[in-house]
Amino acid sequence: MNRLLPFFGFMLLVLLFGFGIWWNTQHDQNAIPSPLLDKPAPAFNLPKLYEPTQTVSKADLLGQPYLLNVFASWCVECGVEHPVLEAEGPSLGVQLVGYNYKDAPADAKRWLAEHGNPYNLLIADEPGHTAIDFGVYGAPESFLIDAKGMIRYKHIGPLTPDVVARELKPAIAAMAREAQP
Amino acid sequence: MTPELGQLALILALLLALAQSILPLVGAWRGNRALMAVARPAAAGQAVFVAFAFGILAWAFLRFDFSVQYVADNSNLALPWYYRIAAVWGAHEGSLLLWILILNIWTVALVAFSQKLPEVFASRVIAVMGLIAVGFLAFIIFTSDPFGRLLPMPGDGADLNPVLQDPGMTFHPPMLYMGYVGFSVAFAFSIAALLGGELEQAWVRWARPWTNIAWAFLTCGIVAGSWWAYAELGWGGWWFWDPVENASFMPWLVGLGLIHAQAITEKRGSLRAWTILLSIFAFSLSLLGTFLVRSGVLTSVHAFASDPRRGIFILAFLTIVVGGSLLLYALRAPKVAGGKPFKVVSRETVLLIGNLMFAVAAAMVLLGTLFPLIGDALNLGRVSVGPPYFGFLFPLLMLPVVLLLPFGPFLRWGKGDTPVLKQVLLRAGIAAAACAIVAAFFVDGHLKAIAGVASLVWLTVGVLLYAIKRWREVPRGRRYPAEMAGMLLAHLGVGVFVAGVLLSESLSVTSDVRMAPGQTQHIGGYDFRFDGVHRATGPNWRADQGVVTVTRDSKAVAVMHPQKRTYLRGQVQTESAVDAGVFRDLYVALGEPMDTGNIEGAWSLRLYYKPFIRWIWGGGLLMMLGGFVCAGDKRFRIKRAAKTEAAAAGLQVQETHA
Amino acid sequence: MTRSLIRMLLVMLLACAGMAHAQAIEPMPFADHAQELRFQHLTQQLRCPMCQNETLADSNAPIARDLRNQIFQMMQHGSSDDEIKQYLVARYSNFVLYDPPLTAGTWLLWFGPLLILLSGGAAVLLAIRKRSQRGTVATEASTDNALIDSTPTDNGDDW
Repeated sequence: MNRLLPFFGFMLLVLLFGFGIWWNTQHDQNAIPSPLLDKPAPAFNLPKLYEPTQTVSKADLLGQPYLLNVFASWCVECGVEHPVLEAEGPSLGVQLVGYNYKDAPADAKRWLAEHGNPYNLLIADEPGHTAIDFGVYGAPESFLIDAKGMIRYKHIGPLTPDVVARELKPAIAAMAREAQP
Repeated sequence: MTPELGQLALILALLLALAQSILPLVGAWRGNRALMAVARPAAAGQAVFVAFAFGILAWAFLRFDFSVQYVADNSNLALPWYYRIAAVWGAHEGSLLLWILILNIWTVALVAFSQKLPEVFASRVIAVMGLIAVGFLAFIIFTSDPFGRLLPMPGDGADLNPVLQDPGMTFHPPMLYMGYVGFSVAFAFSIAALLGGELEQAWVRWARPWTNIAWAFLTCGIVAGSWWAYAELGWGGWWFWDPVENASFMPWLVGLGLIHAQAITEKRGSLRAWTILLSIFAFSLSLLGTFLVRSGVLTSVHAFASDPRRGIFILAFLTIVVGGSLLLYALRAPKVAGGKPFKVVSRETVLLIGNLMFAVAAAMVLLGTLFPLIGDALNLGRVSVGPPYFGFLFPLLMLPVVLLLPFGPFLRWGKGDTPVLKQVLLRAGIAAAACAIVAAFFVDGHLKAIAGVASLVWLTVGVLLYAIKRWREVPRGRRYPAEMAGMLLAHLGVGVFVAGVLLSESLSVTSDVRMAPGQTQHIGGYDFRFDGVHRATGPNWRADQGVVTVTRDSKAVAVMHPQKRTYLRGQVQTESAVDAGVFRDLYVALGEPMDTGNIEGAWSLRLYYKPFIRWIWGGGLLMMLGGFVCAGDKRFRIKRAAKTEAAAAGLQVQETHA
Repeated sequence: MTRSLIRMLLVMLLACAGMAHAQAIEPMPFADHAQELRFQHLTQQLRCPMCQNETLADSNAPIARDLRNQIFQMMQHGSSDDEIKQYLVARYSNFVLYDPPLTAGTWLLWFGPLLILLSGGAAVLLAIRKRSQRGTVATEASTDNALIDSTPTDNGDDW
């Protein structure tokens, strides 16, 4: 029996590796689940991209759910995500708030002029301090925030039609159901 | 020379490998000498075809044949010829081909030097090597073809990862693979011994030099990798406990245990099952390393581009080879504890404790490396395990080894002399304590540095005391047989290594500074004067090159040229400047201009003063040397010659049975 | 479409490679040398959330720069190392800690090696006891070679 121990130990390892291979086909290795899920979104107060003298705070956005989409002109994957936002944005049923991350305003505006602007509202975080409070570590990232200001869903990396259909829309529907009664 | 010939050669090599593995096994089982005789020519033929395939790939690189996908991905017209050769093993497919080539080099060496082994045993060993080759050849042919075409052929290729464009990196993979693959020989010996089941220990003596050489190569590969990371990555560290580093470190630790366990088994007949198990583990961990690096299950800075299909293939292969051999072990390993008895105070006991610590350390590294995966499985969220974990536990586990090491040689097999040990303890202990006290005045009370000096003295005096004892007590010519000389060298290496680690870690000075041309910074007793940055160009890069003049007490020490290179395809790579010395390294890395675009102004620089850091690799090289010297012991050779008659006798017995 | 996608991936890959291997060098106005050492030590123990496997100290990723600045600012305001770690964990989860805290989940990680050591140690002890009780020990090398080999070792001293 003792002699079989190494064999069984090794089989455990094989199971673990098999699991690892499967897990990595299902999960993005670069995505770190956010500890902020189902917690209140951090307070923020950021200038609008097009009217830098006006600021938008978390309190201003309470009362209606919105999708906060972190993007930047320097981010290659944002270009992949952008057409999806343009196509799906209007049908989501929530406000689309663009969060311009660590970007020169001029670059961001040029980028939006070129690619189109699907956002209902655009705020800019050039220094990137507020983004740290959101746990942002790259772009694109998207936060679904409900009417009470709670973060209900987060996606790291570009939103694809598949992610929108399988994850984002059900999350929005669940949020709407809760808000109903 | 079309690349398709290379593919064909690999397929033929696979067929020969099948013949090399299956026929001799059947032959050994049925006692059929004709079938057993297939082993050697088949192995030689396989090696020829693999070398041919490797040559074709190298030729494609030298001739800029960008119609080969792999060549187009990893080289371009401006890449110098020596890096085009290194590019052969610069990415997954080619490095796998190198793996296979090296497996064949070991097999051919085995074929050449196993003429005097019993025929049945030798053919089994070669057959097991063939089985391993079958797996890897199938892997490369079915999942990772290096000869795939890219049509239409591009005018120029991409680039070899600039990180790999460094002499250290050129030698690192071949050396590392020599070690990894070398453990396959010890593995094949123990599998053959299990298959034979004749409970003979002779195989251990035959396996010993092979294990030592493989371990020495692995040591060399790890040292080269560590040195490269230090010189090239620009962070001044020499070991990061990254999964890829751990993948090479685990077989090293187990191999270290194996070397010592083999000594017991060969000389005293004890621990036979353990030695077999360690042989299986050492090679399994080498395979596991290949899996970890190429399957993408773990995130690492250095991992190859991953592909789940490859992961599944290696996992299946791993399961068959390792699972199969562990089952064989469960069925056939010697069940009765054999060998000569020993007292509690004996060399066997200390070697056992050493083995325990090496095995536990390897298990700890494995656990820490895989824990992020376990975390995913147990739904703990993403977990990171890094230097603080390993750096805390590993020294704790190695402490008993360092403490016991000086006693090892003084202990006799079976029963040790206690008074002698007390004498060693007294002498080495007093020397270490005295030096530690003296050192305390020089190192500013850094406990780590004091411990470094103490362990250096403790280990060195231990080794020297034994060397002196041999000098006094044994007649000339027989004082230091190679096996013992190698042991002493390697143990000395441990002392040098430990001192290097502890001293450099505690006494290093690092500083990120902003420097305008003409400014001077004072670090670790040296004055670093920044003399500005100018442009420089190389064969396939252009660089901003800084000039830093180092002086000490107004005496010139060095002029250093840290670079920030931009390669053809836009990759940025820093080339640190290192002024090496026996007692200290000065190290400068160039950051960025403080004023973007103005390279003539102030720059950010990182300056290091790293005392004794070279001792880390020096210690490693001494260990490596010890391994090679050990393997050259006459005893291993002469015994093999003496075995011829016994082998012939054994074969006769075999035949009468059949 | 595929071609442009491949080119894009290539660009991204190269961008990452470029970032990964140009190390982070940032002079900061530390209050004193002790603070600089503390900063170096702390950032060595924290993992950059964006990178493959790099510390905050070594990474050149934009987020690593921002987080280093944040840590620097917090140090100026007198935050302790634990407070800084807590701050990062609250935003980026335990992933950023290279030193995973001891919880029910990481119990295996921290005590696993001890368990292995204890069970291995017990096995070794048992083996030593069993062997040392079996008969008298042969002290002379010449008398005990029957099992291994018929010839003694060359140096005549079975060391």
